[in-house]
Amino acid sequence: MALPNRKKKLMEDDEVIVMENVSKSYQAGIPALSNVSLKIKKGEFVFVVGDSGSGKSTFIKLLLREIVPTEGNLYVLNYNLNKIKHRKIPKFRRNLGVVFQDFRLLKDRNVYENVAFAQRIIQVPGKQIRKNVPKVLATVGLAGKYKAKPGKLSGGEQQRVAIARALVNRPTVLLADEPTGNLDPNNSMEIMRLLEEINNAGTTVIMVTHNKDIVNAMQKRVITLRKGVIVSDHERGGYDDED
Amino acid sequence: MKISSFFYTLWQGIKNIFRNKLFSLASVATISACLFLFGLFYSVLANFQHIVKTAEEGVCIVVFFDEDITDARIEEIGDMIKRRAEVSKVNFVSADEAWEGFKTEYLRDYSDGFLENPLEGLSNYEVYLNDVSMQSALVTYLESVPGVNEVKRSELTALTLSNANKLIGYISIGIIAILLAVSIFLISNTVTIGITVRKEEISIMKYIGATDFFVRAPFVIEGIIIGLVGAAIPLALIYFVYNRALNFLKEQFSVLSSLLNFLAIEEIFKNLLPVSLAIGVGIGFLGSFITVRKHLRV
Repeated sequence: MALPNRKKKLMEDDEVIVMENVSKSYQAGIPALSNVSLKIKKGEFVFVVGDSGSGKSTFIKLLLREIVPTEGNLYVLNYNLNKIKHRKIPKFRRNLGVVFQDFRLLKDRNVYENVAFAQRIIQVPGKQIRKNVPKVLATVGLAGKYKAKPGKLSGGEQQRVAIARALVNRPTVLLADEPTGNLDPNNSMEIMRLLEEINNAGTTVIMVTHNKDIVNAMQKRVITLRKGVIVSDHERGGYDDED
Repeated sequence: MKISSFFYTLWQGIKNIFRNKLFSLASVATISACLFLFGLFYSVLANFQHIVKTAEEGVCIVVFFDEDITDARIEEIGDMIKRRAEVSKVNFVSADEAWEGFKTEYLRDYSDGFLENPLEGLSNYEVYLNDVSMQSALVTYLESVPGVNEVKRSELTALTLSNANKLIGYISIGIIAILLAVSIFLISNTVTIGITVRKEEISIMKYIGATDFFVRAPFVIEGIIIGLVGAAIPLALIYFVYNRALNFLKEQFSVLSSLLNFLAIEEIFKNLLPVSLAIGVGIGFLGSFITVRKHLRV
């Protein structure tokens, strides 16, 4: 997907995320992120790993523009997230897909309605929704379960619905926050295969996790955070758990 | 907003009511209870005010003239009085009419001994006021008019009615203000609970890229519908209860109903209907609008 047509070019065409010395402190004291600088290119699959309190959640929240950096510059999809106006945030977020550890599905609505919900709230015409939703449900292997309520699905299936919901608006970047955190190893690998397929189709995938097996098995770019600082960034690495 | 999105939002607002049946019921019940009390107090106070007003309208000032006054001057004085803003009605009572009235009221069969009109020269104007509290000012004015001999009034009645009217006014404002404050507090609490339950839905919408307007609209529609229903129920109840109460009073206390002039339900509803609906809709709108705003900063 092409970058939004904006007057000022803030980043290179092949970049989707640029962080320049980004720090984030919630209160005076130890920063949650400190002097983080990185670039993520279009079509990359990136793991962001680290223990609890390493700054992974802050990293995702910054990319979603839920919070603003205390210092440094953050550019995502040619939007300057330090300066973006509140009314422009919805338009920016439509370029992102988000998947959470706890799925965050609407329990009172069935699979079809959960996915269609993502299209309706950005005002996609009904005819288009009826075409897009079955297609994306087929992609995640849930075409036959479109009438089921989330409560009737397994954890893996619920995460697939969440992925379908994140994908249906055709995002440029998919942010996955511990998507396998609530799943058994088999379901986790299924979800990873699905994320890899999505990445192969051109979507940039950024996944926050602390699952060593998955990171080691996938051999993708791995950024390791410790106490808010990037301690390593390997092009095709494994889980860096030295010291 | 696209037409399809408008209908989707409207439909979501309606569906939300049924999705959260308990919350919707609690909200409707809270609004209904508050507006029922409001309607009840309004009905009672409106009747009190009406009764006092009717009594006020019966209070009159009697203006007597100098003995040698001409008919033309009497007419002139009558026109001057009619032009006063505080005057609602002026009746001319000739000396003969005054005597006839006196005979009928006090003497009845004992009036035969009078061959001449003992009230000759006591023709007068009965002056009725819009606002009884203006009586003193009008009397002072009338006493200064050339040709006017004496002005008779009932100061105590005027003062009592004027004070009663003021007191009812203050009580009405006080009770209605307290009821409204309690309603807003209860309703905002109920709405807060309802929206907190759906905090997650709001945050998902925001993450996906919904605008604040699109997130807020179904909640606001839901609030307005709940407010409307919450206002309609007590209005229907008051309509029913008021008519029953009026009939009961007329049947059981006929003396009371002949003395006191109660307002018809239509008169009560002239103000109560729009005000209750506006309060219901207003509370529903504001309650949801303000409470959702807290969750939009995602």
